[in-house]
Amino acid sequence: MAESYQTMLHLILFLFFGTICVAGAINLLAQSHPINSALSLIVVMGSLAAEYLLLGAEFLAAVQVIVYAGAIMVLFVITIMLLNAGAEERTPGSRVAILLGIPGVLIGAVLVAWTLVGRSSTTQSVSIGALWGSPKDIARLLFHDFLLPFEVTSVLILIAIMGAVVLASRPEGSARGARKDG
Amino acid sequence: MEIPLSYYLLLSGILFVCGVLGFLIKRNIITIFMSIELMLNGVNLSFVAFAAHWHALSGQVFVFFVMVVAAAEAAVGLAIIIAVYRTRETLNVDRVNLLKL
Repeated sequence: MAESYQTMLHLILFLFFGTICVAGAINLLAQSHPINSALSLIVVMGSLAAEYLLLGAEFLAAVQVIVYAGAIMVLFVITIMLLNAGAEERTPGSRVAILLGIPGVLIGAVLVAWTLVGRSSTTQSVSIGALWGSPKDIARLLFHDFLLPFEVTSVLILIAIMGAVVLASRPEGSARGARKDG
Repeated sequence: MEIPLSYYLLLSGILFVCGVLGFLIKRNIITIFMSIELMLNGVNLSFVAFAAHWHALSGQVFVFFVMVVAAAEAAVGLAIIIAVYRTRETLNVDRVNLLKL
């Protein structure tokens, strides 16, 4: 009896956060101002962190909130504010994109759903709530089995930092107002 | 305490499709970039669901790597967007259609 209540609770939580997630994703598409899209993307990422927690991935849920909803989205919001991005303007190209994009994506979505539902092997159940993936186990895996990819990723981040600095800095000479802001 | 795996895969598929749709119909370069992040998140959810299904922790490690690469990608991509805005004075991708100024 307690087991079935637990399943019910998990299902309700899954549906609750899944609904928030999908609503945020659709709101991202519906809004024309980029700052509204960015805020709805934060909602999507936060509810995805809750879904990770339901799946027992506690470490990933924390990292999702800190890295994705925190660091990356702050970067996006700062860029939107820095460039003073206004509402999206409608061009002939956007009408063509809507006319061709929506049917194409619907066909793709039907294909994906058909593949997922049609496969009986993927309709098995996920046992949830059991926190089997502790940060200790993940750290052991990360620093033993995946040590080389981990180090390569650190090089990637170093290159990304240098690339961001080089790309975003004002070019010498051609910048207007470069003298003024020192 | 069981939820069918296909529910999670369906949710991740919906998120991915929303990302593809945003990538296609949005004209603002920053919103297009956010749609890419949405696609990455959808894929991450299916990674975690499969990791929970097979009790294999390497799926979670992969999600970790995807997040790190997404952070690096966001830093470089937003720097490129700032550089494009500086030279073109616009964020609309339809107006950024020439390689040469």
